[in-house]
Amino acid sequence: MSKLLIVSPSPHISSDQTTSKLMYGVVVSLIPAFAVTIYMFGIGALIVTAISIVSCVLAEALIQRYILKSEVTIRDGSAVVTGLLLAFNVPANLPWWMVVLGALFAIGIAKMTYGGLGNNLFNPALAGRVFLLISFPVQMTSWPLPIASRLQYLDAATGATPLSIVKEAVRNGEKIPDIMQQVPDHMQLFLGQMGGSLGEVSALALLLGFGWMLYRKIITWHIPVVIILSIAAFTGILWLADPLKNASPLFHILTGGVMLGAIYMATDLVTSPMTRTGMIVYAVGIGIITVVIRVFGAYPEGVSFAILIMNAVVPLINRYIKPKRFGEEVKHG
Amino acid sequence: MGLTILYTIVSLSILGALAATVLYFVARRFKVYEDPRIDLVEAELPAANCGGCGFAGCRNFAEALVKSETGEGLFCPVGGNEVMKRVAALLGREAVAQEARVAVLRCNGTCEFRPKTNKYDGVQSCAIASALYSGETGCTYGCLGLGDCVEVCNFDALHMDPATCLPVVDSEKCTACGACVKACPRDLFELRKRWKGNKQIYVACRNEDKGGVAKKNCSVACIGCSKCFKVCPYDAIVMNNNLAFIDSDKCKLCRKCVAECPTGSIIEVGFPPKKVVQEATADDINLSANKE
Amino acid sequence: MLKTFKKGGVHPPENKLSAHQPVQTALLPKTATILLSQHMGAPAKALVAKGDAVKTGQLIAKGEGFLTGNVHSSVTGKVTKIDEVQDASGYKRQAVFVEAGEEEWMPGIITDNTLDKTIRFEGPEIISKITDAGIVGLGGATFPSHVKLTLPRGKKAEFLIVNGVECEPYLTADHALMLEKGEEILVGIQLLKKALNVSQAHIGIENNKPDAVAHMKKLAASYEGIAVHALIVKYPQGGEKQLIKAITGREVPSGGLPVDVGCVVFNVGTVFSVYEAVQKNKPLVERVVTITGVQVKKPLNLRVRIGTSVASLIEQAGGLPEHTGKIIMGGPMMGKALGSAEVPVVKGTSGILLLPDAVSERSPIQPCIRCAKCVSVCPMGLEPYLLMPLSQQKNYDRLEAEHIMDCIECGSCSYTCPASRPLLDYIRLGKASVGKIIRTRKKP
Repeated sequence: MSKLLIVSPSPHISSDQTTSKLMYGVVVSLIPAFAVTIYMFGIGALIVTAISIVSCVLAEALIQRYILKSEVTIRDGSAVVTGLLLAFNVPANLPWWMVVLGALFAIGIAKMTYGGLGNNLFNPALAGRVFLLISFPVQMTSWPLPIASRLQYLDAATGATPLSIVKEAVRNGEKIPDIMQQVPDHMQLFLGQMGGSLGEVSALALLLGFGWMLYRKIITWHIPVVIILSIAAFTGILWLADPLKNASPLFHILTGGVMLGAIYMATDLVTSPMTRTGMIVYAVGIGIITVVIRVFGAYPEGVSFAILIMNAVVPLINRYIKPKRFGEEVKHG
Repeated sequence: MGLTILYTIVSLSILGALAATVLYFVARRFKVYEDPRIDLVEAELPAANCGGCGFAGCRNFAEALVKSETGEGLFCPVGGNEVMKRVAALLGREAVAQEARVAVLRCNGTCEFRPKTNKYDGVQSCAIASALYSGETGCTYGCLGLGDCVEVCNFDALHMDPATCLPVVDSEKCTACGACVKACPRDLFELRKRWKGNKQIYVACRNEDKGGVAKKNCSVACIGCSKCFKVCPYDAIVMNNNLAFIDSDKCKLCRKCVAECPTGSIIEVGFPPKKVVQEATADDINLSANKE
Repeated sequence: MLKTFKKGGVHPPENKLSAHQPVQTALLPKTATILLSQHMGAPAKALVAKGDAVKTGQLIAKGEGFLTGNVHSSVTGKVTKIDEVQDASGYKRQAVFVEAGEEEWMPGIITDNTLDKTIRFEGPEIISKITDAGIVGLGGATFPSHVKLTLPRGKKAEFLIVNGVECEPYLTADHALMLEKGEEILVGIQLLKKALNVSQAHIGIENNKPDAVAHMKKLAASYEGIAVHALIVKYPQGGEKQLIKAITGREVPSGGLPVDVGCVVFNVGTVFSVYEAVQKNKPLVERVVTITGVQVKKPLNLRVRIGTSVASLIEQAGGLPEHTGKIIMGGPMMGKALGSAEVPVVKGTSGILLLPDAVSERSPIQPCIRCAKCVSVCPMGLEPYLLMPLSQQKNYDRLEAEHIMDCIECGSCSYTCPASRPLLDYIRLGKASVGKIIRTRKKP
């Protein structure tokens, strides 16, 4: 035999799942949400998304090439996902240079300084969003009107999100049943006809994407389902206690970033726990903090902060919550 | 306004005083007595924390030195005799001198001499490859070439030579800490006596196969012919399991064996390129001491 | 309802190319290279010398010590030498070389294939016959069977578990054996039950072999105390602990043995050899081996004499395909890649798998994205993503605390990793080091 046989340790086969397939699977699952956002916010959504993806990918490539002087790994698709998710977390009329800044922060600070893919503590897209929210609070909270301002980008007519309408009104002493007249009904909320960040508006489209990711085994159901259930449970308790002051659980889970956060931001592979039990603890934590911020805090929206706070707890969760080992509990018949 | 500043100053001062008192008592209560000489000894040590002395770090070694009555059996290979002398002076005892040593790779199975019989495609780690199988060549004793030794060397004294697929010891930098000796799963490194000018004569092979088999797998293998053994005037060569070994403490660098070896498995290093076999100079024999 | 084990597991493409191929008898080797260590423990001690004439089935090496087994000549002929030869790992081991002449079995060995259902022996006699025949676990671990049958003091077996799972992709040797030697296997089970003094036996077969399940179920109906279970297809169900969990719902405790939960597990191939040893006086000199691979011309199951070279088996399956990158002894998940085809078949060889060039090389290692797939597929509930770096850092205390010794080296973690990280490579290394530390600790 002239050719040399190859020798390596077992196993000799591997599954066809790869990092880039996982990442592009996420991208594919975001198609329905992207379609809805184009329908609702039109040209602004397109511009913001394109700028965000391009700047994330470029930032990663340039940092790897010129600062770290390491191999450029933009082909794994993780920067594309970060870019897409960052865009989905900002309003469609955000000026382009703010998007670029957000992308730079997400990739440069939240991802690369920790050592790149797999080492970051915080979800890069969310870190970028929160950075923008704190730096440019006005631009980050003026939302283009859905459908009406499809053809405008920066000069789009703006309105408030249902959540901020409710928060403001409750603060002014109005009753929930009256406030509900001012916001879109539940069906509109479910389909996505409301003001908000690019990707967070349509629960339906996000649920479709969730289904796809489950089918492709990119994520498991635990984190999204538990977050939504725990938010429903905690807002439900408050609602039952005082339905005049607190919005219904259904309103809470259909508005703001709950769906986007639960399905896409909290499930980020790198920054979520490794065990099933850990995932559930993490998800319940996100649920509680979200509700606390929404109901008692200064911001109408709390999902992003809740996820980032729980991101910081993940190493602890991984350290102390272990999978149940085989043979740990002896069941002797 | 003025009152606020006053309150602040007063309350902070009280807080500070309280903390200081607590810290003082805690420090008293939990004070551990340490021989002050440990610090002094540690200061003399090279601070490489390489583990060459057999202890986890220089601090542990310093503790052991202070505790030990005579210092017998305790030696810092990195610092060498000079450091040991200073330490001994500190502790008021006689220094235990040791001959300087240097790591030597006992394999010369380069890509050229040792044809590959298969291709390894696992992790670049000798430990993993060696646990898996015999290696990429027919020789089951030789260097695997995956660089575990390079990885563990704290002194930048080991490098892989891409031309030969073997690691090369930089004798100038080598401190004989023994990390590579421990890391090599094939046990190919030996700490040999360090000669002046880093001269060295050794059998660069550990193959215990019968001559024919060994030669088939590697053209520079020791075939156990015993010719070197017979020619050595100093009884420095031992034959064992089809393999010759030159004891560096007995060897006088006479180089008689080098000419005898039919496969060229005995290697001479650091000699001027001379064809004629000559007697070792007095210099070589006596000055095997420290690095200058 | 189909049974399976709960925790972890993967389902690689099954690729059972040689399923439904009848077991053919392989050509006798011209020279049988019979290794003296074909079992877990120390090599057996050779009883023959160069020039001796030996018959097929003659004892040529005696197992001395705890985990060893006897070795018999698999051909009739002359011992040409006793020398070192490279085994599957490439390291040199002692072997007896027998040049084959005309076949003549040792007197006393019954070579006809008629079914013999009469059980004539008591437990201890059965065990001693199994010891004499040099039977070891044919699933691949090559644990001497007589040691398994000798229960530790104070332990009592409740169930005999028979492993017909064959969860490794490609391999079909056990499948073929169950279809052709079902009755013999059942008689073997009765013998083992008697040796273990248990009344219940369970056979586990994965449901990708419905014909074998149906066949064994039909045959088992006429035997007392043998139940056949169809199992959901999931790797590594053939692992002892996973199979016990799947069938009985019991978990072998960490660091424990199957007998701690009242179970003793044998592979169907081993059971068949037990039948032959006890009923026919036939020692373990041949076994069924699958020769397979997508490019192999005739994937098949061969009854092979121990000591036949892998190269000659490949010849009998239509020759070595042009673009073969890897020859694997065993299955693709746990088998050993060979550096050369001139390696003799041993008792533990369940298959020869030829992988084409395209899938032979590993993908480049990428950074861990903490997707937790390794954690969710680990059948032992370990965290491979954590064990790998701990092993690289040589953090042995922590590795032990994280249960590295529970790892069964099934390879599910490395298989599933999307970043192609060599998880198992490092875990194995760490496990070996920790094992060494534990052993030295036990010694006073």
